Amino acid sequence: MTALTDLTVHQALEALAQGQVSSLDLTRACLAQIERLEPVLHAFITLTPERALAQAEAADARRAAARHHPDEPLPPLLGLPIAVKDILALEGVRCTCGSRILETFVPPYTATAVQRLLDAGVVVVGKTNTDEFAMGSSTENSAYGPTRNPWDTERVPGGSSGGSAAAVAARMVPAALGTDTGGSVRQPASFCGVSGIKPTYGRVSRYGLVAYGSSLDTAGAFARNVADVALLFHLMAGHDPLDSTTLDVPVPPIELPAEPDLRGLRVGVPREYFIGGLQPEVEQAVRQAIAVLEALGASVHEVSLPHTEYALPVYYLIAPAEASANLARYDGVRYGLRVESDALWEMFRRTRGQGFGAEVKRRIMLGTYALSAGYYEAYYGQAQKVRTLIKRDFEVAFEQVDVIAAPVAPTTAFRLGEHTEDPLAMYLEDVFTLPTNLAGVPGLAFPVGLDGRGLPIGMQLMGPHFREEVLFRVAHAYQQVTDWHLRKPPLL
Amino acid sequence: MEYEPVIGLEVHAELQTRSKMFCACPVVDATQAEPNTAVCPVCAGMPGVLPVINQRAVEYALRVALALECEIATHSLFARKNYFYPDLPKGYQISQYEYPLAQHGRLPIFTSAGERAVRIRRVHLEEDTGKLTHVTTPEGETYSLVDLNRAGVPLLEIVSEPDLFSVEEVRAYAMALRTLLRYLGVNSGDMEKGVIRFEANVSVRPKGSSELGTRVEIKNLNSFRALERAVAYEIERQSRLLSQGQPIEQETLGWDEANARTYSQRSKEEAHDYRYFPEPDLPPLVVETAWIDEIRAGLPELPHARRQRFIQTYGLSPTDASLLVGERAVAEYYETAVKAAPHLPPRMIANWVLGELFAWMNESGESIEQLKAGPEALVELLEYLQSGEINQTTAKAVLLEMLQSGGRAAAIINSRGLRQVSDAEALRALVAQVLAENPAEVQSYLRGKETLAHWFFGQVMRAVGGKANPQVLRAELERQLAELKARQTS
Ligand SMILES: [Zn+2]
Repeated sequence: MTALTDLTVHQALEALAQGQVSSLDLTRACLAQIERLEPVLHAFITLTPERALAQAEAADARRAAARHHPDEPLPPLLGLPIAVKDILALEGVRCTCGSRILETFVPPYTATAVQRLLDAGVVVVGKTNTDEFAMGSSTENSAYGPTRNPWDTERVPGGSSGGSAAAVAARMVPAALGTDTGGSVRQPASFCGVSGIKPTYGRVSRYGLVAYGSSLDTAGAFARNVADVALLFHLMAGHDPLDSTTLDVPVPPIELPAEPDLRGLRVGVPREYFIGGLQPEVEQAVRQAIAVLEALGASVHEVSLPHTEYALPVYYLIAPAEASANLARYDGVRYGLRVESDALWEMFRRTRGQGFGAEVKRRIMLGTYALSAGYYEAYYGQAQKVRTLIKRDFEVAFEQVDVIAAPVAPTTAFRLGEHTEDPLAMYLEDVFTLPTNLAGVPGLAFPVGLDGRGLPIGMQLMGPHFREEVLFRVAHAYQQVTDWHLRKPPLL
Repeated sequence: MEYEPVIGLEVHAELQTRSKMFCACPVVDATQAEPNTAVCPVCAGMPGVLPVINQRAVEYALRVALALECEIATHSLFARKNYFYPDLPKGYQISQYEYPLAQHGRLPIFTSAGERAVRIRRVHLEEDTGKLTHVTTPEGETYSLVDLNRAGVPLLEIVSEPDLFSVEEVRAYAMALRTLLRYLGVNSGDMEKGVIRFEANVSVRPKGSSELGTRVEIKNLNSFRALERAVAYEIERQSRLLSQGQPIEQETLGWDEANARTYSQRSKEEAHDYRYFPEPDLPPLVVETAWIDEIRAGLPELPHARRQRFIQTYGLSPTDASLLVGERAVAEYYETAVKAAPHLPPRMIANWVLGELFAWMNESGESIEQLKAGPEALVELLEYLQSGEINQTTAKAVLLEMLQSGGRAAAIINSRGLRQVSDAEALRALVAQVLAENPAEVQSYLRGKETLAHWFFGQVMRAVGGKANPQVLRAELERQLAELKARQTS
């Protein structure tokens, strides 16, 4: 029999529905797996076992009560354990954002994306590790120590949602929530061999998602296959009156056909994504995956996203600019860390000086500079113009193809400490994921191979705004005929 | 050399909507509510929360912008204005910068020189900050307390062009704007509650010059008095410096009320760089033209239009008309009174409202809505006066009682027997009696001491308890005295 921790979301829900397992069983299995592997991986910042067990018990009670009312539908995820990135607020549980400055902060509200899943019945086992305020690509920038990659514990899980990706890969939970501002769901999904969605900007509410780059931030989800991710995504998505940037457009049901058939689908391959610096095994695996799509009936076309090379500088002007304002609220006055001083400005300085880590300070300074009088037009203003061109690139490409397939990251997981002394090398990790955030289009990452060291390789599918269902359909067809998503880290 | 000031005003007016600009917290009276009782995660600037535009605040802003005859932007944009201060929870204020809601308006003002329009540069929406209270303990320890009740209250910033050239004009403009805001029902105008605040940009230049001098900005002027005194002080200070050949520093000033002088807060070099950029949490504010039309159609008659109408229709003096329209409720009281008594002269009613009622309101602190004598009650009284049934003095006494007790004129006059003796027959007997009882005075009068006529008048009046109709009495007295004179000569 399959271990309870090996169950996918769909399998777990089926077992719950059939009465083969209880939510308590599942939750306890997750907590046991966490207890076993957390000392090695450090995927969590805060664990909430009592709360989780109480939720699980309540879910079981509800399911039992429903036996007498078979006509009343149960919440679709009733009793499913998940983990939540510590960037998304959960009422009553501290939300550190991987930062010392919020070490003691307990939000009195819950992020809409989390609330919708709670309403759907999930059990939250804990808050996962992240680069401080989601700024990073390795989860090494967490004030609570780095998370390690289950495939090779000397390596990073990617970031910033590294805790969630590692937790899903290590079977600590069948699914987890993350956030993606420049690749923070897709790159860790790729490094950890799991599937993850970065939704269209405006598709999933940002309410309760602690802001980093407000015009780029999205809330996404991880699971071990795309069908599971699709289920979570569908429940999280939709207009939220608390987030004025969510669009009031319907969220179509995601139909995943039983038979893999991609006839009529046009897959674009952007030439700008297959460049020098790309690890040969990554290119090979991605091209093979594209060949699989072709074998399933899709037609493959080369496309061009000519402004791709500007995405990195544009991102590192816009995101820090927004961050410099978003992080101004951490001043020690109302909540979180306060380092006392007799003088107000000294209190601000000490609080922020001691509360923020180096990368956060670096980005606040970058962003402040980019917005300063005399530099605004040359930096922030210019970046916004180029962002429009990048958006246009995608619009043009999506007139020719339905989806675009590309590597998620130039390399597989790197070693801890490998890039920490060189911020620029770290920034380059996101070169393939940033354009999607700048354009606001959705991206779905999933495993398509292992490199010579046995490290997962990820591919991403990008689609037009609000067409996530196409990405899920294509990736699901791929996963029906391949087994990369079934591979287990050797640690297990 | 003579100098002339050039002044522009920035007026910050709270919009008294039910909820705040970007969250559902109630807008409360900042001077009354317990600190930090109207606060939520959004207006406290907690992590991850987002602003949502209050549509009613936009509607209020549009009312003002339309009343100021502005061009309305169908697409406007919110921006972040970044600076650190403990009363600013997010570390930035959500405001409008490059693309304001409305621009290019005008507001008519009235001064001793007549009527003139002041150009409005822009009208935009933003959120208010919290309030700091600085505390010093008896032991000498100092600290500050933060109250966020006001943080996030909708604020309208109305910026004039540098179109004001005297303290009188500054006052007229500020008053006209306050009147307008109250007419539109968007702001109570309670200055002592800080719901309207001013900033003045002041420069001076040689009279007749068309160039602008170096300007200073005076911040945080929270009363008309502070505004006028600070502007007057600056005009005087800058004129003196210029006449001494000294330069004016471009700087931001504060107003020291106790010492009646301005003081430097920041020099040009220390000026804040607010690093404005478009607010990514809010989509562009789109205002449909149909909505604009609907709001325009729903505007009340505005103060300056009403003033013109009062002058033309009711023959009021410009000053009286200004006083009456200064407050919407007063103007409406007046007009209700006029309409209730078409045969009473409108100027007579105006005199009573501006005289007796204003005096009463000043003394009692009541607003016109609180008066126990409504417009119908007032004209009922004035009809007794007009018909001669009571005299001016009695009318004033009756009105006072009406205002005190809420009684109607008819009841008070009847129960006190205050009705005037207008009956010539009755007065004839009384006059004859007084003349008969005072033969010595009659003799003096007949010998030429004509001023005694007033004395006889007073005697008769006293005999009837002051209720004699003075015109009728005077005529009768003159008739009888003339008769005596004629008899003497014959
Ligand atoms: Zn609030």
